[in-house]
Order: sequence, then structure tokens, then C-alpha cells
Amino acid sequence: MEFLKVENIHHSYFSNTQAKEVLRDISLDIREGEFVSFIGPSGCGKTTLLSIIAGLFSSTEGKVYIDGEEISTHNQSLIGYMLQQDYLFPWKTIEENVTIGLKIMERSTKTHKVTAHALLREIGLPHVGNNYPRELSGGMRQRVALARTLAVDPKILLLDEPFSALDYQSKLKLEDLVVETLKAYRKTAVLVTHDIGEAIAMSERVFLFSANPGTLHRVFEIPSELQELSPFDVRQHPAYSDIFQTIWKELESLG
Amino acid sequence: MDNTLFKQYQQMLKKEKRYVRLYQLIILLVFFCGWELLSRFGWIDRLIFSSPTNVWHTLVEKVSDGTLTLHVGVTLMETIIGFIAGTLIGTLIAIVLWWSPMLSKILDPYLVILNAMPKVALGPILIVALGPGYFSIVAMGALISIIITTIVVYTAFKGVDPNYSKVLQTFGATRWQIFREVILPASFPTIISTLKVNVGLSWVGVIVGEFLVASKGLGYLIIYGFQVFNFNLVLMSLLIIAFFATIMYQVVELIEKAIVKNNG
Repeated sequence: MEFLKVENIHHSYFSNTQAKEVLRDISLDIREGEFVSFIGPSGCGKTTLLSIIAGLFSSTEGKVYIDGEEISTHNQSLIGYMLQQDYLFPWKTIEENVTIGLKIMERSTKTHKVTAHALLREIGLPHVGNNYPRELSGGMRQRVALARTLAVDPKILLLDEPFSALDYQSKLKLEDLVVETLKAYRKTAVLVTHDIGEAIAMSERVFLFSANPGTLHRVFEIPSELQELSPFDVRQHPAYSDIFQTIWKELESLG
Repeated sequence: MDNTLFKQYQQMLKKEKRYVRLYQLIILLVFFCGWELLSRFGWIDRLIFSSPTNVWHTLVEKVSDGTLTLHVGVTLMETIIGFIAGTLIGTLIAIVLWWSPMLSKILDPYLVILNAMPKVALGPILIVALGPGYFSIVAMGALISIIITTIVVYTAFKGVDPNYSKVLQTFGATRWQIFREVILPASFPTIISTLKVNVGLSWVGVIVGEFLVASKGLGYLIIYGFQVFNFNLVLMSLLIIAFFATIMYQVVELIEKAIVKNNG
């Protein structure tokens, strides 16, 4: 049973001088609890597709269903979205940042403190609730952004290159934390990345897109023995480099 | 070792600060002493440029007969009300423009014209329309800062990183929620800095308004002193204006420090 269903998505951007087709006839299904990645050359529309799934804007044609419900703008609590940078609000404390989603959805305020506390403990930052974002390092801030996304208990997580602005060490640590946390909460997730290694290490399936216009080129299944491992351990596994080579060659062939 | 270096550094800072204060004080003393001496020895016309002692005598006289408090009170009241009204109305218009991009496109050229227009030139019309009284003076004080506030604050609203709004959009936030949680707090530093500009502008508006119509206030004292050729009175009023304008500016700066602290 598919959890996220993308059906014949077409999308074009219009500017004063031209109309540019960015996505052509994209259809894909993702199972509940599955972690998948979108990779592809720049301009393949993977971030656009993610925004459409998030309901940030509507596609020119086609439909997206999450858990049988059609996505539209202003859908609440269906999706959690993580951006390339943390975009924590500098004028709010960490706790207020984590609970901002709950506040927006006007859920009962009594439980906010408890939720924030539990989530901060989960991401390994139990004592920063009263601090301000500028007092935290980049990696810590992105962890708080993860907590903020999880606070509203979304049905699906959309990760738009959330590790790309981090240093390598923080990135590896955060990858492990994200996979571990999502497994614990049994969340479905879509990761957009330009890093093949990251896609292999974190996901169960990798969707490769080609550019101009963006089309779904190929889907790679990651072997089940790798899916069991943490992203860090996947990178050390002998099977890792074979898959890397396969995807790399395919990506190269797209030009 | 590090500790002694640090102490040296701190002492150096202290010393520098003391020098700055010293020179500031020297400038003040040189100004007033120079003014007094130049006027005593007749190098400048006593009748026109007065002298600190004469100004002081006038001040004492006006304070003791109770008229000065009235004039200062009236002008301060007008300026503060004009300042607050100008800033609030300007910000409200900016909010309306942000709310409706269509409206902001339509109004854009009119904002440019209104901004370029010297507002004090509207003085006579205001007085005719609103009557010669406090109301039209306050209106001057407000009018002079409304449009520039609108333009600066609206630009700040538009300059907020759209990714912050995107975060809230993914939670299904309404436009009003995005405004309240992101746009407004992110623009606070800009709004505060327009406050600083508006302090100065409101004084201009109110003083010009008083020139035109008032029978009370510091602007009136200046014009009256000019007409009866009592420049002691004119210079005293000027110094009082400088004093209170500085205090208002400092108050705004204190508010800024309190609000902007966590916005970095």
C-alpha cells in the first residue's frame, strides 16, 4: 500500500520572456515508513518536486496524495519540511522555536513545554531550551530544526538538502541521528540531495532524475543488508562502493 | 601572563574612554566660553548672538515666572504625540501594503511623489483645513514622518528572508500568522531605526507648525523673540529644543537596546 503517491506531475515556471518546463510526467509511490532520496544533476527539478509534495505551491498538472488524502496548500500537520539551513527564528528561544509549529496549528499550549523537552532530549540537547539560536553551533541548530519539524507529528518528512550547509563531521553525525529518530517514530521521509553517498547511506530507494526537463530516470533499490545499518556504517560496508559506482556511472551518462 | 595582558587591555580601553570624555567636555567648554568671550569683547554682535550669561538670565526669569514650563510642556506634548502618530500610522500603511501586493503596486508612484514632496509646504493647508490649534501642529509633526516610515518599514517587510516564511507555510500558517511570527519581529530593528529618524523629523514638523500658527510653545517663543528682536529668548529656546530632542533620542536608543538584543 503506497503512502505517498505522486501522479503524472507536470510543472512549468513562467517568466516575462519564456515558459520553462521543469518537471515532465513524474509518477512515483512511496511506502509507509520508507526513506527515499531524490538525486540528479542541478536543474532536474528535484527541489521543485519536493515543494509540490509539501504543498508550498501547486503543480501545473497532476496530483499528490499522502495517505489517500490529496495535497493542497494550507494542509495542516501532513508534512514536515527541513530546509538547507536551519532557519531558526533568532528572536525566539530554542523551546519557542521547537514549538512554533504547534503554536501555528493552535494546538493546546499546555503540552508544548513537555513536547519541546522530550524532543530536545531525543536530539541530545536537553539543556538548551532557554538559549537563543545564535548561542548554538550549526550542527546543533540543524538538530533543533529537526525537533521543530517532528514536534507537529507530521505524516511525512521532506528533507531539502538539510546537511549541505554543515561541516563533514556534523553532517555524518546528523545523518545518523535523523535516520535513527525517523526509524524510532516510524516516519516516511523523502530526502533531496546532490550527495550520492548520503543518498545510499540513508535511504531504502534512490530516485535518479535527469534534467531539462526533469524526468524520473531510474530507481535504485539499496540492498537490504545496507538498510539495516546506520548511515555511518553503510559508508564502511564493502557493498557501498559498488552501488556508488553504479549510480555514479548512471549520473555521468546523463551528461 | 594572559591575565596581565588582559588587564592591560582593559586599562587601555578605560584610558581611551576617559580621553574621549575629556575632549567632549573640552569642546563643550570651548564653545560656551568662546561664545561668552566673543560676545563680551564685542567681536560678535551682542544683540544678535546674545551670550551664555544673558541666555541663562532669561532662562532663570522665564522659569521663575512659570511661563517656560508651559511652553516646553506644550511643545513636548505635540512632538511626542506627532512622533508616535507618525510612526504608528506609517507602520500601519506599510502593513496594508504588505498585505496587498496589488495595492502596493498601484500606490507605488504616489508614495514616491508624497515622499519627494516637502511636507512642511503643506503647513498652511493643514492650518486652514484643521483650524489654527494644537491639532494642526500635531498633524504636521506626524505628517512629516508618515511616508518615510511607510517606505522604510515596507522595504524591511519585503526584505525578510522568504525561507523563514516558508518554514511557517509548511506548518500551514495563515498570512496573518506569518506576519505576526516572522515579518514583524524580523523587521523590528528597522522599525526602531526609523523611530530614531522620526524623533528628529517630528521636531521639525512641530517647530515649523508653531512658527506658522501657535501662541504657545518653543517654536512660538523663537518666532516671538525674532519679532521683538529678543535673541536671548531665541537662543534659549534653541538650547532647550536641543536638550529635549537629545533626551527623546536617547530614550529611543534605550528601547532599541532592549528590543534588538536577541535579534542578532
